Amino acid sequence: MPYAQIVLSESDVHRIVDRIAHQILEKTQGAQDVVLMGIATRGVPLARRLAERILAFEGLALPVGTLDITLYRDDLRQKAVRAIGRTEEPAGGVDSRRVVLVDDVLFSGRTIRAALDALSDLGRPSAVQLAVLVDRGHRQLPIRADYVGKNIPTALTEQVKVRLAEIDGVDEIRLESSV
Amino acid sequence: MRHLLSAGDLDAAQATEILDIAANLAAVSGREIKKLPTLRGRTVVNLFYEDSTRTRISFEAAAKRLSADVINFSAKGSSVAKGESLKDTAWTLQAMGADAVVIRHPASGAPHRLAHWVDGSVLNAGDGTHEHPTQALLDAYTIRQRMGKIDGLRVSIVGDVLHSRVARSNVLLLQTLGAKVTLVGPPTLVPPSLGETNYDLDDVLPESDVVMMLRVQRERMNDSYFPSAREYSRRYGLDGARLRRMPEHAIVMHPGPMNRGMEITPEVADSPRSTIVEQVTNGVSVRMACLYLLLGGKL
Repeated sequence: MPYAQIVLSESDVHRIVDRIAHQILEKTQGAQDVVLMGIATRGVPLARRLAERILAFEGLALPVGTLDITLYRDDLRQKAVRAIGRTEEPAGGVDSRRVVLVDDVLFSGRTIRAALDALSDLGRPSAVQLAVLVDRGHRQLPIRADYVGKNIPTALTEQVKVRLAEIDGVDEIRLESSV
Repeated sequence: MRHLLSAGDLDAAQATEILDIAANLAAVSGREIKKLPTLRGRTVVNLFYEDSTRTRISFEAAAKRLSADVINFSAKGSSVAKGESLKDTAWTLQAMGADAVVIRHPASGAPHRLAHWVDGSVLNAGDGTHEHPTQALLDAYTIRQRMGKIDGLRVSIVGDVLHSRVARSNVLLLQTLGAKVTLVGPPTLVPPSLGETNYDLDDVLPESDVVMMLRVQRERMNDSYFPSAREYSRRYGLDGARLRRMPEHAIVMHPGPMNRGMEITPEVADSPRSTIVEQVTNGVSVRMACLYLLLGGKL
């Protein structure tokens, strides 16, 4: 039976971003040497939002970068050629900084594996952490997130659809199934 | 896309995709670690039957930055010197499992023939007087980078158009991308069938946004196409005085290698309006984009 249900609304997403911003500040003792790296596509607006909230809470402007991991994927040969996006190093680079990777959904862990490889080609951070909006389980690699917006138990047949205002015009996370 | 044989095979959307991917890959060239793991385990063969410096090195650098294995094959010192045919060489490459073959050949059409004999992708790196599609792509990239667009620009291609594969590919690609191309040179060296022509350089200079100078290809000339080098250079060479008659924003391009003093003076070649060095840099990014599109996904 196909179905679609909203699991996080616009106000939920805002509260989660606020909470993760506080958690980053808390866990990194004030986020002095932290840079945020958004993983394309939807990690990028999330990283910008976190930076904006941290600026509002503490008056601290964190550098934000973007990471396109297409060229580091391990499944390139299984699919048709994909377009590639832009990788932008944060101001001041990543060397000896604490990098927080930001993505929308944590699933198999393969995207994060690719992101770690991409990051190591940009420089040598002192530490790397991971923030995700949704953790839907089903990991295929030994990877976990440091900051999780919401754990959503899912079946493999289900899909988590994230929509963000900057890209899709609305903030909304839905759980869908076509079977 | 399976092969890259002619700039005419690309429509505007495909060409723009290559330029966009090249723009994103260009950032890699500025990094300390200039390498991506994308084509790990793939083999690219550089099959060069003609001398080349920049194109071969550029393709080699592009393939290596994407982590492909590169085998360089030049006709000199190979079985070709012993009389092996292109077809037999193709089978050898096939047996070695080449995923892509980059071929430069003095005979027009050789890459098309090769494409029927090997399973891998074939990239035309210049065939006779026919085509040189990656040069046209890197020229288009350079124009877009300097001028911000290609559509609507007036491009003059000047010199030995008859023997120039660079000119042919550029006419096809730049017209696809919306530029207005004029071919300029002595009547003996400008085939009217290619497009709009003008035999007077001074007439087109004030009307050009881009002036692309071509090398006079002495090695392909078995006839006298112009009376003397001095006369050619006086009528069709780009010097400082002519540069100053071009619009302020106009740029000067040259695919290299240059005959300094013949079609272009050192003053022009080394001026800030010349894009010659950028063209070489951009060549690597554009060729990375082509290799990625041909080899990066499922075939």
